[in-house]
Amino acid sequence: MEYKDKFDKSFEFLDALEQKLAADYAEHGEERDHSLPLTVDSPETSAVPGIYTGNDAQMVQKLARGNYTVQIGISTIDELLDRDRQREKDGFPRKIRVGKLFKPGRGASDSVVIVPTTVEEKLIHDSVKDPSEDGEAGGYGEGQEGEVIGEQPVRPEKGEGTGSGEGQGGSHEMESSAYDLGRILTEKFELPNLKDRGTKRALSKYTYDITDKNRGFGQVLDKKATLRKVLETNIGLGRVPEPCSIDSTNLLVSPRDKVYRVLSREKDYESQAMVFFVRDYSGSMAGKCTELVVAQHVLIYSWLLYQYAKRVETRFIVHDTEAKEVPDFYTYYNSKVAGGTQVSAAYTLVNEIVEKENLAQDYNIFLFQGTDGDDWDTVGEKALPELKKILSYASRVGISIAEHSYSAGQKTEVQKYIEDSGMLDEYADLLRMDIFHENADESRLIEGIRKLLSQEVLH
Amino acid sequence: MELINQKTKKIMEGCKERAYDAGLRFGNETLEYIVTNRDLIELTPKLMIPTMYDYWVHDVEVLKEKGRYELYPNNPYETVINTRPAISFYNDNNPDWMNVMIFYHVLAHVDFFQNNQFFRNTWDYDFTGQALSDKRMISNLRSEKGRWVDYIIEFARAIDNLVGYHNELSRYDGMAQDSITVLDYYFDVFLQKVKKVPLSEYIKEVERYNKCLGDSPSVVEQVFFADVQQRFPEFTSNYERYVSVRKDGKQDIMQYILNNSESLNRGKNKWMKSIIEVVRKTSLFFQPQIRTKIMNEGWASYWHENLFLSDDRIKGHEVDFAKLHAGIASMPRVGLNPYALGIRIFQYIEELGDKGKYSMAYDKLSNRKERNDFDASEGRGRELIYDVCRNLSDSLFIDTFVDQEFVNKHNLFVAGKKLNQSRMVWEYYVKSRKAEQYRQMLQEQLYHPPYITVDMDRNANDVLYLYHHFEQKPLVNEYISNVLLGIEFLWGGPVQLETSEVDKNTKSVGFGRSVRRTDNGNSDKERRWQRVLYTMKDRKLSRKVLT
Repeated sequence: MEYKDKFDKSFEFLDALEQKLAADYAEHGEERDHSLPLTVDSPETSAVPGIYTGNDAQMVQKLARGNYTVQIGISTIDELLDRDRQREKDGFPRKIRVGKLFKPGRGASDSVVIVPTTVEEKLIHDSVKDPSEDGEAGGYGEGQEGEVIGEQPVRPEKGEGTGSGEGQGGSHEMESSAYDLGRILTEKFELPNLKDRGTKRALSKYTYDITDKNRGFGQVLDKKATLRKVLETNIGLGRVPEPCSIDSTNLLVSPRDKVYRVLSREKDYESQAMVFFVRDYSGSMAGKCTELVVAQHVLIYSWLLYQYAKRVETRFIVHDTEAKEVPDFYTYYNSKVAGGTQVSAAYTLVNEIVEKENLAQDYNIFLFQGTDGDDWDTVGEKALPELKKILSYASRVGISIAEHSYSAGQKTEVQKYIEDSGMLDEYADLLRMDIFHENADESRLIEGIRKLLSQEVLH
Repeated sequence: MELINQKTKKIMEGCKERAYDAGLRFGNETLEYIVTNRDLIELTPKLMIPTMYDYWVHDVEVLKEKGRYELYPNNPYETVINTRPAISFYNDNNPDWMNVMIFYHVLAHVDFFQNNQFFRNTWDYDFTGQALSDKRMISNLRSEKGRWVDYIIEFARAIDNLVGYHNELSRYDGMAQDSITVLDYYFDVFLQKVKKVPLSEYIKEVERYNKCLGDSPSVVEQVFFADVQQRFPEFTSNYERYVSVRKDGKQDIMQYILNNSESLNRGKNKWMKSIIEVVRKTSLFFQPQIRTKIMNEGWASYWHENLFLSDDRIKGHEVDFAKLHAGIASMPRVGLNPYALGIRIFQYIEELGDKGKYSMAYDKLSNRKERNDFDASEGRGRELIYDVCRNLSDSLFIDTFVDQEFVNKHNLFVAGKKLNQSRMVWEYYVKSRKAEQYRQMLQEQLYHPPYITVDMDRNANDVLYLYHHFEQKPLVNEYISNVLLGIEFLWGGPVQLETSEVDKNTKSVGFGRSVRRTDNGNSDKERRWQRVLYTMKDRKLSRKVLT
């Protein structure tokens, strides 16, 4: 099966991915880039305009960005995705993809919006091109036949205003693999979207932005733009004889030259999520158990990369009797086992981080915990209150327990105290637990992910 | 969305008078609306028709456009729609002088819509009104049939580019003859193709017919065919079969399915037919627009330039106009701008007409200086551009008027794009300055759906056989499955599509490009095509190589 191959390779590529990210990190400082291949083409970013790209409002009216507060009274992405699931049940292939539009900006100010995309398939001509060339376009102006008149980088450089182009976003191949794996997981197993209605926080929010420009009136004067206009006007009027020595007292200022920024309400459809991966690395976790819980976390991590790229942040915590945060997935699954087990230490650390960084206010928080179920705190005396605290802000907590062969048939400590606490019922929509044997195979793990993430309340 | 105010309407009416005086012709009633960006975003997927039927793909488009707008603010919309009365849209913050220019632009579009022969099928009715009643019908059906309505819309839209637009158009021109006369069938088909009679016998029959015509002109056919019936008893049935096949063959795929699908014609499924018909009509309505983009925009730009500059009401805004107009009508260094190209071709044609260059006398000249100096001062420029505007489509427009003189005059060339592997950049270069190649490049960019028909001879056992008449371009392979799935659903039985693809033995290099490997490992540009047959049966696609 396709996903099985992907699964087998998942460790390899994550390994390479982390190394690459670490290298990127070393090279670019904070600019670790998780951008995914674009799924939506932007004609605006295409280098060569075609016959059908321009139109009257754009060409003739030059409509600038106006007060843009669209509250569309039509289907939301969620409704569209529901419809798509129904399609599959009706026996037709799914058609909607959740894509991203991505506009590179300076530094870390890239903007990403999440949009649905679909293709209306028709029987149309494909292009057959010469392999060494990539199509023809119209041209105008000087130049001999054969003369090169301009060039464009094959891979857009960072910060450059070019978008996807023709499938050229291949600079993050590692993540493409993770992306593929995530896509397969999403498609084949109907894993839910993080921004599901079941989650506590709505992932749509309003921002008030003063990006809109307007000439003549508005809230905030855009000084730079205004000065440009003033200068333009005065140059036009011939009042600036020497560009090097401008006498600002002599400039005429027309009311039309004043450029304002207008405050407008904009709705962002975004998913800002913080995911904690928590893993027990105590002595008893050696071997199979670690492999399994990490494997499951790899899959979840891949899926997150696919689904949320820039809108999700991940934190990695390992614990024995003490908990510590590690910087990346690589360290997360490579940390050597040692010591006894105190699950509450990890919970406490998560609570501390959330509180200290005030994460609950800004993020949807998810926590995935992997353990073999051992806990010195056998009744959850310390762990349960901390867990309860986590459930007060988290959107989902998923606990995976890999049972040892020798403890087969007996409930592990963690399983026992969680079940006894009644939290699984009380927080049925927030807390999920998946228990599997240490000999579980991949399909079992994926089945487990469904359980951990699904929207339906499971019993 | 609201109507423009009285003051602006008055400006518009003033524009109409001046446009009318200049020779533009359009229905006097027009509607102008002020729209916001929100309206525009919601209208775009519906091709600016506010009354167009609702469909979930439109919702996807709106959400996508909204996202795109946030990142790349611009407004990709048309502003005037072809209906009666003509409706146009204006942004709420246009100054008056700009509206004057836009009004002229819009009026020229309306003139084009209402006079160009390729729009004949849109002249007889109010499309927005029709669309509104269609929208209501679909919405009613949706309340009864739920999501199945959307499946039918989807499947119908999957083949709405294969509508027989030209068949439809020729019907309007009165040129189409759905049925062939008995006489024509007898002489043109039966004797020559069915019976394959020798020439001498054929001529004898012609003479016999002429004799009958002389003897009894009022009942010539009865007399003549009485004899034919005796000689060829099968003649009548042959003729009837030929007529029915020919009629079916003239139908586009959608029509054929509508008329012949047993599934659709069952009582419980009949509601689907009305939806398919709506999708077909809508597609036919927009076909002329996409086939006349360069002409239409060129025509509108030509007139807004001419009429605006002669309009006394805009004094003082010449510079504003010049700036805006230059933005619209300037040629990009690389790329195609239909406004810029269209207006230049119309101006070129006008010059040809004025100097009498659109003539045999001019064509016969081979001396460059004589050609340059030629001026018969015929002053027929305006007349000629009106003729062109009324009668051509983009394809003909380009083929007829983009000649070497035009290409030279405007310094045009075909820009190629090649990969420089050492520097990993795409290089744009001047590929050719020859008119022939420039024309070919333009033609390549024009809308051109594949020519696919129902093969009547191969339809058997409820199988619908679609035949792709190959034009050296394969179909987009990844779409075939879903389209055939939709057709199978509508047809209610297996569907086959015969098309051409690059032979598997030719090595594929990169996306959409194929070259054949030669023995020495080098690649050449030859492609070997093969006919393949796709079959969609029980929602499963299979492929078979035919040759």
